[in-house]
Amino acid sequence: MARADQPAAAPGRGTDHSRAERMRRRRRIRTLEKLAAPVLGLVLLGIWELCVRVFDVSTFILPPPSAILLRLVSDWQLFLGQGVTTAIEISVGFAMAVLAGVIIALCIFYSRIVEVAVYPLLIALQTVPKVALAPLVVLYFGYGWGPKIFLAFLISFFAILVPTVVGLKELNPGFANLAKSMGASERQVFFKIRLPAALPNIFGGLKVGLTLSVIGAVIGEYVAAERGLGYLQLQANANFDTTLNFASVFAIALLGLAFYAILRLIEDLAMGKMR
Amino acid sequence: MTSELTRDQAGPTGVSVRLGAVVKEFETETGELIRALDGLSLDVAAGEFIAIVGPSGCGKSTLLNILAGLDRASTGLVEIGGAPARGPHPEAGVVFQSDYLLPWRSVLDNVLLPIEIKGLDRKAHVPAAEQLLADVGLAGFGAKKPSELSGGMRQRAGICRAIIQKPGLLLMDEPFGALDALTREQMIIDLQALWLRLGNTVIFITHGIDEAVFLADRVIVLSPRPGRIDLDLKVDMARPRQWAEAHADPEFQRCIGEVRRCFERRGVLHRAQG
Ligand SMILES: Nc1ncnc2c1ncn2[C@@H]1O[C@H](COP(=O)(O)OP(=O)(O)OP(=O)(O)O)[C@@H](O)[C@H]1O
Ligand SMILES: [Mg+2]
Repeated sequence: MARADQPAAAPGRGTDHSRAERMRRRRRIRTLEKLAAPVLGLVLLGIWELCVRVFDVSTFILPPPSAILLRLVSDWQLFLGQGVTTAIEISVGFAMAVLAGVIIALCIFYSRIVEVAVYPLLIALQTVPKVALAPLVVLYFGYGWGPKIFLAFLISFFAILVPTVVGLKELNPGFANLAKSMGASERQVFFKIRLPAALPNIFGGLKVGLTLSVIGAVIGEYVAAERGLGYLQLQANANFDTTLNFASVFAIALLGLAFYAILRLIEDLAMGKMR
Repeated sequence: MTSELTRDQAGPTGVSVRLGAVVKEFETETGELIRALDGLSLDVAAGEFIAIVGPSGCGKSTLLNILAGLDRASTGLVEIGGAPARGPHPEAGVVFQSDYLLPWRSVLDNVLLPIEIKGLDRKAHVPAAEQLLADVGLAGFGAKKPSELSGGMRQRAGICRAIIQKPGLLLMDEPFGALDALTREQMIIDLQALWLRLGNTVIFITHGIDEAVFLADRVIVLSPRPGRIDLDLKVDMARPRQWAEAHADPEFQRCIGEVRRCFERRGVLHRAQG
């Protein structure tokens, strides 16, 4: 039956042409948008550089970005070595948080008793400032990998748990009923409906959790460490080496950005595959 | 949908349904029992088109959920295809009032969802799915996301999903309730054609008396809650029925009148005063 809402099959050459034109314009705008943040970052660094030079600020108070970057490049082996330590702490702590956060979220979602018994306690615990626990963590876990990994884990665990629970609960039950009416098992309902529907929430939690993991690991290093970027920063502080201090901050930020980029990649893959 | 009247040889013949004194009670938050269905008995022959009308809240969706295997009767007998119903029936297809298209899937992948869930070969069913979409005027929309479709188009895609497996029993809960009058009329005509082609059993819940009488072999009128059968009305009109002509048919008007009187007796409809 012929209907009005057939898609516009455009045989005309002119239409094709203008469509290609529109697509090209769209792509161009998207590339420009991708450049916006890096450009703004560079501009801010430029202003910083300019201010330091114009007002002749002492390097001890505020080194210019050029000096910081130079330090990063000249001492790259130092930063790489310390960075690997911090990266391992973040990775292990964050991976544990993802595992625990998602598994406990599933338990809370599927079991009423777990929900009423465990969820309120977890929410209450979430209000405890985790950073304040750092000295205690050292007391219990000593000076090795333990406290850094544990803090990276603890601080991001809640950030992952809560959005995952919310994402699972938010789904209109009609969707699950629809799948069940087709004879879907709960396993199928989960993988075909619930999980893909909750993915945006879950990845929102993962992104927040990841940045918190970076903070957790570095705090752990502030409190007790002989290695890592946080430790390097403390050393710089003690030696009044402000450039090294800033360079460590830059290195930590770069590390965080790298992790974030990896997570975004995984997100794109998961969204493409699951959904 | 083509309006050819030859029944699809490959399609299933309908699945019969039998309800015996079905009672459904819900427990409220305050512990009260709300009786939604009160001893409903109904025999639906294979291949029959049944329309169920009734006032809001009388238990129509409750009944449909029971038939779809999503809920269980508190007491009473529910038989589908001659066997007691245990969970969703493999030959049933359901269309809900809301289209429930998964927003992250393309329209085509939504239509193929039942195939995936039943673990069948997806690729082998793509041509059938595309044909169905073309039949309802959605040719070329398979790759689009549901958000790019209008409400009527989404509902049509939802119907394609329900019939991709040529269900012997098609359950529909106010499927055209949210549509504009023109789209609704076209969908009613298409549904009749589809049913004539498939020869399946249809249980069609609606608020519209006219669409119930137009489509159905039998119109079942439910009383206000708790739902009971108030009227079981046979509509004796030839097929295929034409929308405009049917409205002038004395049989059509008689049936409409009977249903309306039934509602008036119950105080569901009131005549104008004066
Ligand atoms: N899960 C539930 N818990 C408690 N009460 C319910 C539940 N589901 C339905 N009911 C009650 O059962 C009655 C029938 O509901 P149902 O949804 O079947 O009505 P309906 O006939 O489909 O109405 P409408 O035409 O408005 O869709 C209503 O009074 C409703 O409040
Ligand atoms: Mg309803």
